[in-house]
Amino acid sequence: MISISPVAVPGAPLARRNPVAKVAAALVFSFTLLATLDPVAPAVAIGVELAVLPLFGIRYGVLARRAAPLLLSAAGIVVTLVLFAAERTGRTLVEAGPVAVTSGVLLTALGLALRMLAVALPGVIVFATTDPTDLADALVQNAKAPARFAIGALAAFRLVPLLGQEWQMISMARRARGVDAGRNPVARLRLFVSTAFALLVGAIRRGTRLAVAMDARGFDAATPRTVARRQRFGPADGLLVAGAAALAGAALAVSVVLGTFRPLIG
Amino acid sequence: MAVRARVVVRGFGWRHAGRRAWAVRGVDLSVEAGERVLLLGPSGAGKSTLLAALAGLLSDDSGEQEGTVEVDGVDPRADRDRVGIVFQDPESQLVMARCGDDVAFGLENRGVPAGEIWPRVDEALRRVGFPYDRDRPTAALSGGEQQRLALAGALAPRPGLLLLDEPTANLDPAGAALVRRAVADAVTADTALVLVEHRVAEALPLVDRVVVLEPGGGVRADGPPEAVFAAHGDALAAEGVWVPGRTVPPRRATAAPGAALLTADGAALPPRLAPTDLAVRAGEALAVLGPNGAGKSTLALLLGGLLRPGAGRIEATRELAGRDAATAPHRWRAPALARRIGSVFQDPEHQFVTGTVYDELALGPRRTGHGEAAVRATVDGLLDRLRLARLARANPYTLSGGEARRLSVATALATAPRLLVCDEPTFGQDRRTWLELVDLFAELRDGGHGVVAVTHDADFVAALADRRLTLTRDPAAVAA
Repeated sequence: MISISPVAVPGAPLARRNPVAKVAAALVFSFTLLATLDPVAPAVAIGVELAVLPLFGIRYGVLARRAAPLLLSAAGIVVTLVLFAAERTGRTLVEAGPVAVTSGVLLTALGLALRMLAVALPGVIVFATTDPTDLADALVQNAKAPARFAIGALAAFRLVPLLGQEWQMISMARRARGVDAGRNPVARLRLFVSTAFALLVGAIRRGTRLAVAMDARGFDAATPRTVARRQRFGPADGLLVAGAAALAGAALAVSVVLGTFRPLIG
Repeated sequence: MAVRARVVVRGFGWRHAGRRAWAVRGVDLSVEAGERVLLLGPSGAGKSTLLAALAGLLSDDSGEQEGTVEVDGVDPRADRDRVGIVFQDPESQLVMARCGDDVAFGLENRGVPAGEIWPRVDEALRRVGFPYDRDRPTAALSGGEQQRLALAGALAPRPGLLLLDEPTANLDPAGAALVRRAVADAVTADTALVLVEHRVAEALPLVDRVVVLEPGGGVRADGPPEAVFAAHGDALAAEGVWVPGRTVPPRRATAAPGAALLTADGAALPPRLAPTDLAVRAGEALAVLGPNGAGKSTLALLLGGLLRPGAGRIEATRELAGRDAATAPHRWRAPALARRIGSVFQDPEHQFVTGTVYDELALGPRRTGHGEAAVRATVDGLLDRLRLARLARANPYTLSGGEARRLSVATALATAPRLLVCDEPTFGQDRRTWLELVDLFAELRDGGHGVVAVTHDADFVAALADRRLTLTRDPAAVAA
């Protein structure tokens, strides 16, 4: 299930910042971290991310739930690499039958998992604190995105939760018609594909109707649009982006000072 | 304060790209500011196409036009500011996540200065009697509330011409009445109104003029409702228009109900359906009534063996299922289910699986193991019975509303199930299809089948139902 509603405590100082600023800050922070392959910089970055969390008005428990799929894949990375990595360097820590866990493999695996978490968490934080309508407004007003694209995507986004219900309906309707797959995997796959096709046909029809309704309300008019909800990009928003860059730079600096820095290129 | 609009249509025709027949042709019509017009015609006469043309929604590249359409001397495609339109389906006409933002959307598009937007949003919401504040999520509204919001969105830019394309067709009677009252209260005296609506009797208090389109071209009649119905009422009723004041003879059961086919024993699915007791009998038509949100559709899915009850039991009798009566219907394999219980869904398109009407009807019999000769005989019989023979090669997705409904009922009957469960089978149907459905269900019932219909349609219940079950939103009181 995709959770799309924001969860932040309203009025938290950083959650209130302009959505474009938040997205920019997250991008700057994440991309800077991609520059290194070592585990230290991402570990510092995760520390920074957790430290600023209260400023975004997100409780740690809430973040843990939101980021649960992320934590799972991080654990998956560690387990897979530890068990199956070809390159087994360093001291042997555990040996059980064919499984040999070495310090080199463990470090690489932890580094990768930390990197993934450190890079993805800013995005999780931003979308957990940002209302989709505000984001679309800010994209149009502050990032000069075309309204046709931003508001159109927003309207389409609103239809996403309906797809789940629709899938269930189509599946039941097929069963009522005498169509089921039983235990045959090929029949299952065919049923899945044909249900997905019916879902797609329905989604396109609904999307077309929505587009017509939007145009009927002047969305395609040549008149320049005005905005009902003003989004401002102030000095505090600039500071947020600059702060994100500085903190990510600091995480890299720690890694350089400690001598663990391993550049991605070169 | 609205722009006074005068509509002038001269020799108008429209042919959708890729079609041979004209959707509408030879229409001459003028509507003065303040006039309220009900647009009628048999299905396929081109009412919705004409409405789309008045709204300026038929773009040059989507078909071919004859004649002219002008609103205040301007082609509405060039300048849609004078026209507002409300469509049938609430889900696909609300744009924003919050109610106020949705009303503001049309004002933003038309470049209304930012300072004027919110006062005008509030004014529009007040005019339609909207009970919540601007921040209410649109997803939390009932269908009737969503349609009132859509009406507010159409009215906020103060159009001189308001178009309504069956705005109450998807609503329960209470919701529909609220939307009609909102239309009556909110439309100012100088706004022209053009309405397409199936349920003519309910729409008449809103209008002072009726225009009847002739299928195949032109305008058949135009004038005050009484005069039009006095002169053309019989012909219109025969063609499927719901002419007011024409009653339908009831089709009661000719014999006492037979054995029970299916029983519900405290069957529930929280939070959608409260515990419900019920027995469905052979030779009986049972109507399930109740407001939106009472769980009628959920009950239909449970009886259809398509959902597992969250509590309680649904049990088939030996009369319906023989030795399989020991297992609950939701655990039967699909072909076994289709042979015993047929389900007709609210939206016919959910049920279509194949590429032609013929294959659609043949699917069930083939799945349940009939030979090709038997399949052909069944399919041909149903094609004739439900007036679908000339559409045998058509794609089910291209059918009109009435044709799609007839096909969806026919597909459920193709496997000759003893029990038929229908969700809103008459919803949005013209009088002709409606009468055919009543006849068909009555015949099935009198032939010893069980028929369960979930419905808001009081006329349908009066004509067919032998017994009624009313669900309430109150979880305590549900009884047959």
